[in-house]
Amino acid sequence: MTTVAADVKKLTMIQAITDAMRTMLDEDDSVLVLGQDVGINGGVFRATEGLLNEFGEDRVIDTPLAESGIVGTSVGLAVNGFKPIAEMQFFGFIYPAFNQLMTHATRMRQRSLGRYTVPMVIRAPYGAGVKAPEIHSDSVEALFTHIPGLKVVTPSNGYDAKGLLIASIEDPDPVLFIEPMRCYRTGRTEVPAEKYTIELGKAKTVREGDDVTVLTWGAMVNDTMKAVEQWEKEHQATCDVIDLRTLYPLDRDTIKTSVEKTGRVVIVHEAPETGGVSGDILSVINDEALFYLKAPVQKVTGFDTPVPVYSLENEYLPSARKITWAIEEALHY
Amino acid sequence: MKRTLEQIEEQFQTFQIMNEEGEIVNENAMPDLSDEDLKEIMRRMVYTRILDQRSIALNRQGRLGFYAPTAGQEASQLGSHYALAQEDFILPAYRDVPQLIWHGLPLYQAFLFSKGHYKGNQMPEGVNALSPQIIIGAQITQAAGVGLGLKKRGKEAIAITYTGDGGASQGDFYEGLNFAGAYAAQTVFVVQNNQFAISVPVDKQSAAETIAQKAVAAGIEGIQVDGMDVLAVYAATQEARNRAINGEGPTLIETMTYRYGPHTMAGDDPTRYRTDEMDDEWEKKDPIVRFRKYLENKDLWSEDEENEVVEKAKEEIKAAIKEADNTPKQKVTDLISIMHEELPSNLKEQMEEYEEKESK
Repeated sequence: MTTVAADVKKLTMIQAITDAMRTMLDEDDSVLVLGQDVGINGGVFRATEGLLNEFGEDRVIDTPLAESGIVGTSVGLAVNGFKPIAEMQFFGFIYPAFNQLMTHATRMRQRSLGRYTVPMVIRAPYGAGVKAPEIHSDSVEALFTHIPGLKVVTPSNGYDAKGLLIASIEDPDPVLFIEPMRCYRTGRTEVPAEKYTIELGKAKTVREGDDVTVLTWGAMVNDTMKAVEQWEKEHQATCDVIDLRTLYPLDRDTIKTSVEKTGRVVIVHEAPETGGVSGDILSVINDEALFYLKAPVQKVTGFDTPVPVYSLENEYLPSARKITWAIEEALHY
Repeated sequence: MKRTLEQIEEQFQTFQIMNEEGEIVNENAMPDLSDEDLKEIMRRMVYTRILDQRSIALNRQGRLGFYAPTAGQEASQLGSHYALAQEDFILPAYRDVPQLIWHGLPLYQAFLFSKGHYKGNQMPEGVNALSPQIIIGAQITQAAGVGLGLKKRGKEAIAITYTGDGGASQGDFYEGLNFAGAYAAQTVFVVQNNQFAISVPVDKQSAAETIAQKAVAAGIEGIQVDGMDVLAVYAATQEARNRAINGEGPTLIETMTYRYGPHTMAGDDPTRYRTDEMDDEWEKKDPIVRFRKYLENKDLWSEDEENEVVEKAKEEIKAAIKEADNTPKQKVTDLISIMHEELPSNLKEQMEEYEEKESK
């Protein structure tokens, strides 16, 4: 049994997310949590478990079932001095609220020349692999990285989730915080009880190597790590595995440094290939490190189809096999 | 047995205090306004009518850009605004520039809004308002949020939002009313029903006899008001404001009005969808003509007083358009630099590249 200091707890990602919200509700009276079922139910994934009891109905608000209404109301609260954390029950349910994000939340600072800002966080569980019905499993982060003014953040573990979520709540501008629901309860990490932040826009090198750079995020970080660990046991080569953590703005320096070292790149994401964030990463490599490349950049992605209903979702998702094939393709080009 | 719908619709008779002849027909509902208040409301309506005429002329001369004419809607816009306090928060639609001006947006900035300059969107400190809404209806859910925030802080203030008859067809309209109702947000929703959403008549927007009755579905108060009667609009807004502040919930106010001009100055031709008869019929209801009659009967208004307002308006408009013309042009770099409190590297790079090229 590992011993853990009193001020550090082994938490699942969902517990770490709750802990982040509790920390900020406690610290700052202007922070509110709102969404469908976030009150007595504690959220469908229990992300807001216990918060209603602790902070009351005035701070933890069960909303009508209306996504545009939730985000629009949050915009109104935000221009009026509050810091709302709005929960979308699933990322795939955010589409009715797209207008509020595209035309208001992200434009308010520029439109009003700084008179109003929207310090709002939208949290949304995303990704496939939990056998949910249609539309619950979408990975449409790229629809949102394309919205100027919106930061898009995604953790892959509990420690990062707490630090990134607190940083997102403290950010003076709107942040879309997408949570890979497959990681909610699959592992525990040591999470300090105290408040800490992880700077947005900074990637993390989760495994160091010399020969291939593998760039990924969300639930694909764990899958990639497993695939790489297994593959390295059988091969005389090593990989830099980078968890991007923030998809807008991208950490250009970390991408550049690693690509300069390895010259070989694999990008792994579960979203459809066309228009995915991999395109933006390629653009960074093109701008910053093109002549260091020794092989074409490999992409392991979902198909250009909607995420299928769940009997096919494992075929849709990038698998360990597909990831290792891509690594070998990059290595042996 | 009467159908439920019929029973509901019977409850939504148009509320009026002053008829087209300027006679008080509903003495009991007469709001408590001093003679000076009555005169000030008249001054504002006359001023705003002149502002509309001058704005149309300036647009035709190419000195203004986007402009949505306001003539005909003065009672709806300014009667509702007169019931507000400075602390109240306005979420306007694109035709609601007059309310912003009377709330404190300097006239030259209103012209800058029209000229596509961001400075026109920057409300001065102390003026609680968003800039005019372009996406129809999106401000309605936001107004629920602002009103909820005011309630949470225990403020004696409201959020008031404006949309048109077309805006009442948007999903956000219902979502905003519904949310505000469930949480008794301190919000007043005003629908200025000017009979047409560009060209589409209100009977094609909805089978509902009134827009006001849509409040019933959200469980909030609703009232249809003669939107050409400034006293009725004022009284309805004042009551709605009091109810909101007293924790009795939001109100939907539908004002029956008409825009005499085109939808905007960008090529709309109302003769395609309106008849002269209809225009004439509504002009007989004119809010300024009827209020003038009322004030003259009370010996509160004269031609001289009106001319004074007209001259003042013309002078101030002249000075304001000059100030707008002299406002420094915006720079692209200013717009990039304001995207976030702290710029990410991609935007810094885009700004530096642009600056470097511009300097050559």
